[in-house]
Amino acid sequence: MKHLILLYISITGSLAAMAQETIYPAGKQQEAVVLTNATIHVGNGQVIEKGVLTFSNGKITAVGTSVPTTGAGKVIDLQGKHVYPGIIAPVTNLGLTEVEAVRSTNDFREVGEIDPSVRALVAYNTDSKVINTLRSNGILLAQVTPEGGVISGSSSVVQLDAWNWEDAAYRKDGALHFYMPSLLPPPAPPKDRPASPNNKIKDATEKIDQVRTFFREAKVYLAQGKHAETNLKFEAVRRLFSKDEKLFIHCDIVKEMLVAVDFAKEFGFDVVIVGGADAWRIADILKQYNIAVVLKQPHALPVMQDDDVDQPYKLAYQLQQAGVLFCLSNEGFWQQRNLPFEAGTASAYGLSKEEALSAVTLNAAKILGIDKVTGTLETGKDANITISAGDIMDMRSSVITQAFIQGREINLDNKHKQLYERYKFKYGLK
Amino acid sequence: MIKTRIYLSFKREARTMTGKRLAGVCLLLGSLFAAGQLRAQQTFPVNGVADPREGCYAFTKATIVKSAGNVLTNATLVIRNGRIVSTGSGAIPADAVVIDCSGKFIYPSFVDAYSDYGTQAVKKSSVSRRDDPQFISNTKGAYGWNQAIKSEVNAAAIFSTDAATAATLREAGFGTVLTHQQDGIARGTGVLVTLADGRENKAIIKEKASAHYSFDKGSSTQNYPSSLMGSIALLRQTYLDAQWYRSRPEKEGVNLSLQAWNDNQSLPQIFEVGDKWDALRADKIGDEFGVQYIIRAGGNEYQRMPEMIASKAAFILPVSFPLPIDVEDPEDARFVALSDMKHWEMAPSEPAAFEKANIPFCITADGLKDVKQFIASVRKAIEYGLSEQKALDAVTLAPAKLLKAEDQVGTLDAGKLANFLITSGNIFSENTVIYQNWVQGKKYSIKDDNWKDVRGTYTLTVTPGNATYTVLVKGTPLSPALSLLAADTVAGSLSFTGDLVKVAFPVKKGSAQLRLTGIADGTGWSGTGVDTSGNNIHWQAVLSKSFTATDSTKSKPQPFIGNNYFPFNGYGWETVPTQQDLLIKNATVWTNEQDGKLENTDVLVRNGKIAQIGRNLAAGSAKVIDGTGKHLTAGIIDEHSHIAISRGVNEGTQSVTAEVRIADVVNPDDVNIYRQLSGGVTASHLLHGSANTIGGQSQLIKLRWGADAEALKFAGADPFIKFALGENVKQSNWGDRQRERFPQTRMGVEQLLTDAFTRALDYEKLGADKRKDLELETLLEIIHSKRFVTCHSYVQSEINMLMHVADTFHFHINTFTHILEGYKVADKMKAHGAGAGTFADWWAYKMEVQDAIPYNATIMQRVGLTVAINSDDAEMARRLNQEAAKSIKYGDMTEEEALKLVTLNPAKLLHVADKTGSIRTGKDADLVLWSDDPLSIYAKADKTIVDGIVYFDREKDKELRQRISAERNRLIRKMLAEKKKGTPTQKAAPAEEDNYHCEDLQGGHQHSLLGDENGNN
Repeated sequence: MKHLILLYISITGSLAAMAQETIYPAGKQQEAVVLTNATIHVGNGQVIEKGVLTFSNGKITAVGTSVPTTGAGKVIDLQGKHVYPGIIAPVTNLGLTEVEAVRSTNDFREVGEIDPSVRALVAYNTDSKVINTLRSNGILLAQVTPEGGVISGSSSVVQLDAWNWEDAAYRKDGALHFYMPSLLPPPAPPKDRPASPNNKIKDATEKIDQVRTFFREAKVYLAQGKHAETNLKFEAVRRLFSKDEKLFIHCDIVKEMLVAVDFAKEFGFDVVIVGGADAWRIADILKQYNIAVVLKQPHALPVMQDDDVDQPYKLAYQLQQAGVLFCLSNEGFWQQRNLPFEAGTASAYGLSKEEALSAVTLNAAKILGIDKVTGTLETGKDANITISAGDIMDMRSSVITQAFIQGREINLDNKHKQLYERYKFKYGLK
Repeated sequence: MIKTRIYLSFKREARTMTGKRLAGVCLLLGSLFAAGQLRAQQTFPVNGVADPREGCYAFTKATIVKSAGNVLTNATLVIRNGRIVSTGSGAIPADAVVIDCSGKFIYPSFVDAYSDYGTQAVKKSSVSRRDDPQFISNTKGAYGWNQAIKSEVNAAAIFSTDAATAATLREAGFGTVLTHQQDGIARGTGVLVTLADGRENKAIIKEKASAHYSFDKGSSTQNYPSSLMGSIALLRQTYLDAQWYRSRPEKEGVNLSLQAWNDNQSLPQIFEVGDKWDALRADKIGDEFGVQYIIRAGGNEYQRMPEMIASKAAFILPVSFPLPIDVEDPEDARFVALSDMKHWEMAPSEPAAFEKANIPFCITADGLKDVKQFIASVRKAIEYGLSEQKALDAVTLAPAKLLKAEDQVGTLDAGKLANFLITSGNIFSENTVIYQNWVQGKKYSIKDDNWKDVRGTYTLTVTPGNATYTVLVKGTPLSPALSLLAADTVAGSLSFTGDLVKVAFPVKKGSAQLRLTGIADGTGWSGTGVDTSGNNIHWQAVLSKSFTATDSTKSKPQPFIGNNYFPFNGYGWETVPTQQDLLIKNATVWTNEQDGKLENTDVLVRNGKIAQIGRNLAAGSAKVIDGTGKHLTAGIIDEHSHIAISRGVNEGTQSVTAEVRIADVVNPDDVNIYRQLSGGVTASHLLHGSANTIGGQSQLIKLRWGADAEALKFAGADPFIKFALGENVKQSNWGDRQRERFPQTRMGVEQLLTDAFTRALDYEKLGADKRKDLELETLLEIIHSKRFVTCHSYVQSEINMLMHVADTFHFHINTFTHILEGYKVADKMKAHGAGAGTFADWWAYKMEVQDAIPYNATIMQRVGLTVAINSDDAEMARRLNQEAAKSIKYGDMTEEEALKLVTLNPAKLLHVADKTGSIRTGKDADLVLWSDDPLSIYAKADKTIVDGIVYFDREKDKELRQRISAERNRLIRKMLAEKKKGTPTQKAAPAEEDNYHCEDLQGGHQHSLLGDENGNN
């Protein structure tokens, strides 16, 4: 409750802003909460007008239109506000960097080409100033992801209200990341310089082959009971073979995606494509092999000058039509706060609003392997809930008034709001 | 002592010459003057017995093409001492060696106005941030400050004959070339030389024939210029410097580069470009300084012929037409742009287009990978519509005239150099053979073995036995094919080495061969051989019937080529649209004026202006657009854009580059113009990057898709310039090598600015004969409020500082762009009179944006500043309305105020609010019809209108997509067919994309697959 009071003060600006350092993680949910008179967007396509949602001990206990008669709790009348599942950032270096240009703040790119044992989770900085600017836009979960090399390590899903990475861990080491070397044909050699042989594609296919060889050797290694010498890299992919971990392959063009499909076929991995700018060209193949796609950046320019000018905007719709499982993402870390608007654009270009919402909630949860516990507002799932004054996907109305992670009401203050208050104070603005 | 040295040098030369060449030299040595003149004298001593010859020849009974269109039949050409004595029916001198040329054609040898023959090729430099900076030229000596200005280079001084290259060029038909060292922005003089072997002294026919320029700094390792606009500025400044240098200013000392620059001005000025827009850029520089360049074209000028005509330039056209692209792999073909495919199809039509446009031009072999393909390439141009007569002119007289050397070469008139070709027929016919190429009266054999066309029917008699065979020789003159005419015609073989002939054929089908060897004599051959049984025999073949050529010049139908697009892009127009009166009916009109938002309102557009706003307006002749349920707003204006810029957005090599101008490098072909129209943008303020404190001059354009660079410019708009502060200008994130350029701190930035403006004021006080300095002139414009500053800025300290510097020099900073800490000093900005552009919500990508907040726009606006939301990003510019809407979310701005952030406010900041930015009678009809509330994320621009012309229409866009798809398919099929025929191909390469922004770091910028791949960030 103390937090709520502070939050209220901060929003109304009646007191001087407090420092980031006093935006505390919330304590465990103490009493049941009943949200009434809500427009509930379940996340699976269903919308409940004048709905009621109840949660206690961090779990959703009821979703419907009637107020539960049993059980006490705090009742919040939302007066028609919109209730959404917490939005999930599926691939981000959030908490692994603070100031992108300052090398000492960057912890997402390890040296080496095949680094499967590297884990992003242990470098995740829960005190990053960026995190609070995401929560206040309704992003409550994020998969923090390493970059660089070819196999760059494993990512973990974190919840964005924690004292340290152990508290934050929501799903540990759920995905291993493979950054596919580019198979885009090399650019034309400059006219006025002697042509030098360009081995780009050959080098790329060799690198891909090294990864394939690595997995083949790992498979044999893992099938043996005992080893004279322990290979930590092989050990690190054991969960990939047992399908406790997914292989996220970062690539964009058809040839690269065909290689990704081939990895799924040969090793039986759960493969997810991250990027997928050209996924519309082979949507049927992706569907056939159950390859999911994380669309890395819907707000992008078309790949080719001849492409439809709105190709990146309508890509989500094309995959939806083809029956491919996909979710929406965004490059970078601070940019994740715009995820709801990526969904808005996907809706403007073909998806229904509820489908667009699923693309940043339920679909993401499925792809990250956390859909049993989150991604929709359904009974039994974690109470990861965002409340917005209006349509969360439209800038005009996307104002987050409350949010809960595992039933804990989180503080929506952030550095930006504080600076806003500070300068409203300076200029005497209300 | 001197004598010895001469002897030694001659000996050295002699040792390196073949006997044949030595003989050639001796011939030349003896023939300096025409017959009847004094015995030629020379400085070179003779080793051995003198062998003076006049080389008098008469070529009789030839078809002589004296010049294009001037054909003499059964004519005689007489030459002596390397020059033409007479052409036509002149008397044959008694001492002439007569050569019977019946059936042969004689043409002037070709002249190439663009070559680097005999000059050393120079390795291009590649300067990167991994190298230490170099601020001043590395050239040793009393030369200029910039290493790319090499006006002191004289090709004549470095020219040396090169037997192998000369032979290749002669084989392609050339006798004379203008050669120069193709290196640098100013390249010095070119020398006109013949392709004679031997001593350079004789090959040079015009020591200084031309002066050469380009936009390419070549081997220069100096940082400046790093961009196209920098190259242009350097050229312009050098013109001014050279004018000033004429008075030999004492402070400058001797400057051999400027001296040479001035000396070279009287020569033909030749400018090499790589593309059509560069041709116009070069011509514009010429116009400014009273120079008419001859343009060495890039090969895509056909795409813009009206502009080429307007340039009034003469052109040197390459025939290095692109190869078909290998599109067999469909996924590689995906990345090939339609414009590249169309260029492949259309490029061979360039010379024809110039002929049709009546523009003087000549044709060069420069650029061809294989010079041997020259005639074939010209033939291709003929196939695509160039007339044969014009083609011949373009390789003979036209280049000679351009170089003012028509008294020496280009035709077969008496007195000119004896440079001519003897061919088997029409030079441009497919099977024509060049037998000999005579240069300065000396014969160079090309296909001499085939001098005689041996084709025909022969009676071949073998003794003993007197067996008689009828053999037929067909094929081409170059490779005749022999067969025995009998019951069954059987193929044999025939070959020549000089006059020696070798024949073999089976006497009947399946039998052993009759093997014969012998010599050609007059009308037949005779010699010895072995019959099928191994007996020695004698033989004789007599021509019984000559070969009569069937007309092989059957005119092929002109190849099909698709339509030209304006601009040359898949989304270009086939016909550029023109203004039309419009009536937009029954829309919700966001006026941005006192009237606010008007429901169910009509807007009438007449002559490109907003004529009337009201209800139930009469359409008259105007085209009616139904706006029911839609929203009409003023067009979006992007206050900070880097689209449509060619080859470099930064000239960041010096801290002050006020002399460079985006106006010089506007690129009308950039597809981002169209993409942004699809997002409702009608005007973009194109800015120099932020790599240095005082960057380049800006250019405001309207997105008139299809117009050329000049027509894109917003006429009458106040000029602006880009400044920058902070991490970029102090090179914080440029790597460890870049730590020398002043300033490296925010302290230094203040001093740099103060120094620049102080220098400008001191400069202003100088007398009338001062050196006009483009950089300081620009700074003076700023001080006198004739040019306005847009400054890239982030943190409050530097913003405050810049306003103080401006106050000191009594001017105002007009706009702080993406000023992310503007909210901290909004009150000071208001007091100073500055406006602001900002990103809606970017932050955290570098140290100086740590305090950036999305409430920035709201706070600044509430303090009373004119605030714009800018893009600085080609993708985000398509969604500026949404970026503006973020101010509703962050800080509760009203919708109407939010819309002004990207329409009226940027118009105010750019001083064009009287013309655009709101919907008011009399303003330009720059309008967007939206499908929904324009601040909604669900809104799409249905129609984007500039000056009353609908440049983007979502319905028309659908048609264009289909057209792109159909045209791609057509061309892919065509290229596949070429490959199947065995035509060599080029690899499929992704279309180049230049996506610039002023940040060096990723920041919030969207990656582009092709742009990143090509390293264009």
